[in-house]
Amino acid sequence: MITAADPLLTVRDLRTHFFTGAGVVKSVDGVSFQVRRGETLALVGESGSGKSVTSLSILRLLAASGKIVSGRIEFTSRDGQNRDLTRVSEAEMRTIRGNEIAMVFQDPMSSLNPAYTVGDQIAESIMLHRRTRRREALEIAAQMLEKVGISGAGCRIRDYPYQLSGGMCQRVMIAIALSCNPSLLIADEPTTALDVTVQAQILDLLRKLQEELQMGILFVTHNLAVVAEIAHRVAVMYGGRVVEDGWTSEMFRSPKHPYTRALLNSIPAIGRHPARLQAIPGNPPNPLTLPPGCAFEPRCQYAIAECSRAIPNLVHTGNEHWVRCIRHGSL
Amino acid sequence: MNEPLLEVKRLSKHFSGRGGAQIHALTDVSFKMQPGEMLGLVGESGSGKSTLGRSILRLLGPSDGQIIFNGIDITHLSARDMRPVRRQMQMIFQDPFSSLDPRMTAGQIVSEALAIHKLVARANRSARVADLLRMVGLAAEDATRYPHQFSGGQRQRIGIARALAVEPAFLVADEPVSALDVSVQAQILNLLQDLQEELTLTVLFISHDLAVVKQLCQRVMVLYLGRIMETAPAGRLYAGPKHPYTEALLSAAPVPVPGAKRSRTPIGGDAPSTLHPPSGCVFRTRCPYAIAECSQVVPELREVEPGHFKACIRDVL
Repeated sequence: MITAADPLLTVRDLRTHFFTGAGVVKSVDGVSFQVRRGETLALVGESGSGKSVTSLSILRLLAASGKIVSGRIEFTSRDGQNRDLTRVSEAEMRTIRGNEIAMVFQDPMSSLNPAYTVGDQIAESIMLHRRTRRREALEIAAQMLEKVGISGAGCRIRDYPYQLSGGMCQRVMIAIALSCNPSLLIADEPTTALDVTVQAQILDLLRKLQEELQMGILFVTHNLAVVAEIAHRVAVMYGGRVVEDGWTSEMFRSPKHPYTRALLNSIPAIGRHPARLQAIPGNPPNPLTLPPGCAFEPRCQYAIAECSRAIPNLVHTGNEHWVRCIRHGSL
Repeated sequence: MNEPLLEVKRLSKHFSGRGGAQIHALTDVSFKMQPGEMLGLVGESGSGKSTLGRSILRLLGPSDGQIIFNGIDITHLSARDMRPVRRQMQMIFQDPFSSLDPRMTAGQIVSEALAIHKLVARANRSARVADLLRMVGLAAEDATRYPHQFSGGQRQRIGIARALAVEPAFLVADEPVSALDVSVQAQILNLLQDLQEELTLTVLFISHDLAVVKQLCQRVMVLYLGRIMETAPAGRLYAGPKHPYTEALLSAAPVPVPGAKRSRTPIGGDAPSTLHPPSGCVFRTRCPYAIAECSQVVPELREVEPGHFKACIRDVL
């Protein structure tokens, strides 16, 4: 997947497998996509599709049983150097994590340390990556809180997480993530634990900060409505692979993969109310026992015999749109 | 109008917190449900949705107010007197992983209530269980399998079969699809819709997802900090909300159409704590239309159009 405009992160045919007692779990088995500067790519999928394992692979934060078995994760750092993150040393990785690539997790309440003030937690990451004294770091921390829309930041830095609401904690997490001015932000279901009115605030905040800082965002989510609001591009994952990748508007207007199409038709939406929802039969695949061919074949209404023979390739259909389906042309 | 199946009158539920603090989970909630109606109960976390559902089923004792079910005031019925009523009212839970006993087979889970209420003779129980499993889209042979052998969606089907085993008239479905995979949710929503029509069930459908409620429910009730803000037929509520909170909720809800909405009426901040709800209207601290008077009077629910009620002293919407 090669595109011209300022690539920040290019993942090529990534495979991350987990070696467990029950067998090899191929959580990520051929994932390719690209995130460009100033652009948001939504990585969409259901539980077990491999979206979170993909984002953890990028930061090399996998559990002990997980291994990147092949593929490349090409990242262009601030100094213009392009490195394959699957090959850099752990020491080098530590200078990238938090500094060049930062992450925001789903549950802000459990991601923050309850025993430290939020100011100290923001200052910690600043002191880790820049040569600053604590006092200076706390000043930057206060500025960061201001930036993420927390008023009275000078006092708030002395608050403990329990004194803040879920939305506020997520703002603090974003402040920590952005404190070293990363060029790539990985946000893994950052609004899933939040109420809709607060979710709207956080999405607006991310959009505003992205415009200001021109960072690339990899937004991991299962929520298609949130994707429509925040993403420039979408990569849809199913059974450990990207099955479709393209511009958001095009993907929602004319999805090319049967899974994307079925998913968009199955979700209820305000402003559209069919007498019955078009449900997708069956269940998402078990990553331990993936079918030999297309992972969606058992649930696909367009499946033919050939679909179960081999894993289809991701093919380019024009306008930076890719689809992994042998029948995409005839649908 | 028929006799309502359920009538809730000025129901309040307080929990005692640490140091004598009072958590106002529900305050003065009143509404009726007609037989065969699916009512959507919408609100954010902490709004009291689940507390309301559980209070109606008497899984929680209400602090004040009345619950009248099928013409009987069940608010203070003893456990023994509640038992025949319980047969009439059942619940579907959010998490199909923790709401099924892992040591019981699907068949045992579904037939337990049949035995408790002595509904079906032992000899006929397995046939009844097979019918129930088929009704929710499972196979009769699934009766011998354990919960861990099923997917999330299938487990939720077992939960539904268990609820329907005693042929209840009234169901509380508390976020029944929130824990399920996106591609499985529609299956369960369709199943609930079909069963509700087929069995003319009266369903209180609790959800934080406005789109899901719109799909299933004829009428919607919006809860905020333990109080009803607005209640109206679904079509009306979505097309023209009359309460500022409903307007904010609808405009905050993302829609799966890129570039569809930038007409956001933003509301700032988070919901205040139920430990210290604001005086007057509980929404006033986040309301873009609040005036001085809003802090002084608790707005009563009033009918602004036939069947459309709101608790707001202003008429800006």
